[in-house]
Amino acid sequence: MSKIEKNEQSFLKRLVSNQLFIPVIALLLLSVINLINDPGFFKITLGTNNAGNPVLSGYLITILDYGSELGILAIGMTLVTAASGGQDISVGATIAIAGSAMLRVLCGGVSRPTELAAPVIVAFLVACVVGMLCGAFNGMLVSVFKIQPMIATLILFTAGRSIAAWINNNELPIVPDPKFGYFGGFIPGIPIPTTVFIVIACIIVIALVLKFTNLGLYTQAVGINESSSRLNGINPTFIKFLSFVILGLCVAVAALIKVSRLSTINYSVIAKDIEMDAILAVALGGNALSGGKFNMWASILGAYVIQFLTTTLYKFNVSSDALAAYKAVVVILLVVFSAPKVRESMSGLVKKATAKKGVA
Amino acid sequence: MRRKLLSVIMASAMTLSLVACGGGAAESTTTEAPAATEETATEETAAEEPAAEEAAEEPAAEETAAEDTAASGDLIKVGIINNDPNESGYRTANDADLKATFTKENGYDASFAYSLKNDEQIAAAQTFIQDEVDYLLLSAADTAGWDSVLQDAQAAGIKVILFDRTIDADPSLYEASIVSDMAKEGETAVTWLAGQGLDEYNIIHLQGVMGSAAQQGRSGALDEKVAAEANWNIVNQQTAEWNAEKAQQIVQSVIDSGEKFNVIYAENDDMAKGAVAALDAAGISHGVGKDVIVMGFDCNKWALEELLAQNWNYDGQCNPFQSSYIDEIIKTLESGGSLSEKTIIMDEKGFDASTITQEDVDNYGI
Repeated sequence: MSKIEKNEQSFLKRLVSNQLFIPVIALLLLSVINLINDPGFFKITLGTNNAGNPVLSGYLITILDYGSELGILAIGMTLVTAASGGQDISVGATIAIAGSAMLRVLCGGVSRPTELAAPVIVAFLVACVVGMLCGAFNGMLVSVFKIQPMIATLILFTAGRSIAAWINNNELPIVPDPKFGYFGGFIPGIPIPTTVFIVIACIIVIALVLKFTNLGLYTQAVGINESSSRLNGINPTFIKFLSFVILGLCVAVAALIKVSRLSTINYSVIAKDIEMDAILAVALGGNALSGGKFNMWASILGAYVIQFLTTTLYKFNVSSDALAAYKAVVVILLVVFSAPKVRESMSGLVKKATAKKGVA
Repeated sequence: MRRKLLSVIMASAMTLSLVACGGGAAESTTTEAPAATEETATEETAAEEPAAEEAAEEPAAEETAAEDTAASGDLIKVGIINNDPNESGYRTANDADLKATFTKENGYDASFAYSLKNDEQIAAAQTFIQDEVDYLLLSAADTAGWDSVLQDAQAAGIKVILFDRTIDADPSLYEASIVSDMAKEGETAVTWLAGQGLDEYNIIHLQGVMGSAAQQGRSGALDEKVAAEANWNIVNQQTAEWNAEKAQQIVQSVIDSGEKFNVIYAENDDMAKGAVAALDAAGISHGVGKDVIVMGFDCNKWALEELLAQNWNYDGQCNPFQSSYIDEIIKTLESGGSLSEKTIIMDEKGFDASTITQEDVDNYGI
């Protein structure tokens, strides 16, 4: 009997201490609220879009679709957070830069081209290079010059959107080829949004990288204790730098989706405040924002929880300029629950509860 | 020492990057930003760092150069405070129009400041007052909060001309305001919509940034009509903050909910575009003679082309070309004349997809 109790206790303990606990609970909570309010929330229907292709639609599809950029950014943001113990607040602005570079290559500097000036793959590669350069710039400031990540990335946060506008001479070109819209929409014949496949591809890549390289281990080592990792032969400067470059790559992929959604972007509002959502995703995933250990999958799940929340709020007709206030409530709850003092008393409560059960 | 050196490098890096932007996009750097870097940079110089002087000199040189020309010729010095030209096609056209008019050739020495935030705009206005400009041209981000800074301007003998947007301040504080009558734009659009003779109007109303004059005017006309008519319903009224992505998500949310609608009343073209992207993905037909009527504002060229292709139904003009009006006013004031009226309302049209021509697109597209 006592053995079962022990098992029960350790199971509960394991559950609570698991990093996936917070995002899964949040997801369940949101699902239940929606289920009670309107079971139709989970309905998925097959229809056709205006191009005559079959598409799935419904709130769940919307969440998967619009959460994609955030999911991709969460990958890079998790690494940056773990390695540097700080966050990159320039991702929204660098999406504008990478997207603008992509538009420039695709449209060849003409605001209303009749055909693509370069193949999409070339434009995407250019965007990747631009994104990684932005990441490298941030990474250099953080790793080599040892500037606080938030301060270092404040530079691109401030200047990024102006740079994006400058790349296209303040024009807002529109990509003429409807095929380019496939990346942010649907490929003919496939009813699932393309963005979902892009996210899956990104997840597979990062999973392989984490499995077959020491990136994860080294990143955590640097985040936990920089000097001891140096003594163990890891180069912390390089690891930090690398994490920002990887985030830059994630930014470029997110920019591809953003540009493709409407075949154009608006530099001053594109991906506005997305950095805050990305950081929130990392926090929601139970990762310490001060660096160190991280769980990639919890972060990605966190990103979809945020999109779930956003979509739910839209469903309830919450004014879109009030969304930030609701997200702030989530942040407050997270901060409170992750505070060591609250954690201690919480685990104390759990112990008491299970002990009582045992007595009864 | 090391930290000091670092901050010097940072300061010069920031200045350089700003100067680099300025080279490409004409005068698109905000005047306040170099001023800010200058401040930090001079602080560095005070801290006995000769290297910082280089950083400080660049923006300083720019400003003194501007002052020199003002002193040498008898150019009229104008400070122009506008919203960020990247905000929309409207703003880009507006900014380009102003830049084309207020040139040295036309006898002006113009400085520009851009921000979408009211407090930053007010700070820029204070900078211009300190710089002793002759005229302050203002397109305010928000209608409130301008009284005290305009009083300062008046005390300094600076004439204020409002363009594009009005503010809640005493009319004695400014010389003239050249505006679009947003309420009239809204009325024109709503009258057009009423003329479509639908049995029932189920409207998704996508609003601009709440509190802006364009939002208030364009929302006001629709709200009035909906309150007055029994067969006009608002399915969803949301601010998408002029943002296409947000508009797409809001419309997607309404589609997912399964609610019926047949009109999209978007307060600018970008939001209409986002809405149409959501309609396209859901297989809902839109345009002339289709299920959903799409309405936009601002008359971007690409939007008028959508009208021409009959994908949208209506686009209301918001005339961005105020500079010729402003130029005339300044000339009148300079020659000692007075203005017959304080508020000048520009001519504006509304385009219907069934009657629009290629000529309209070329003439009125921005």
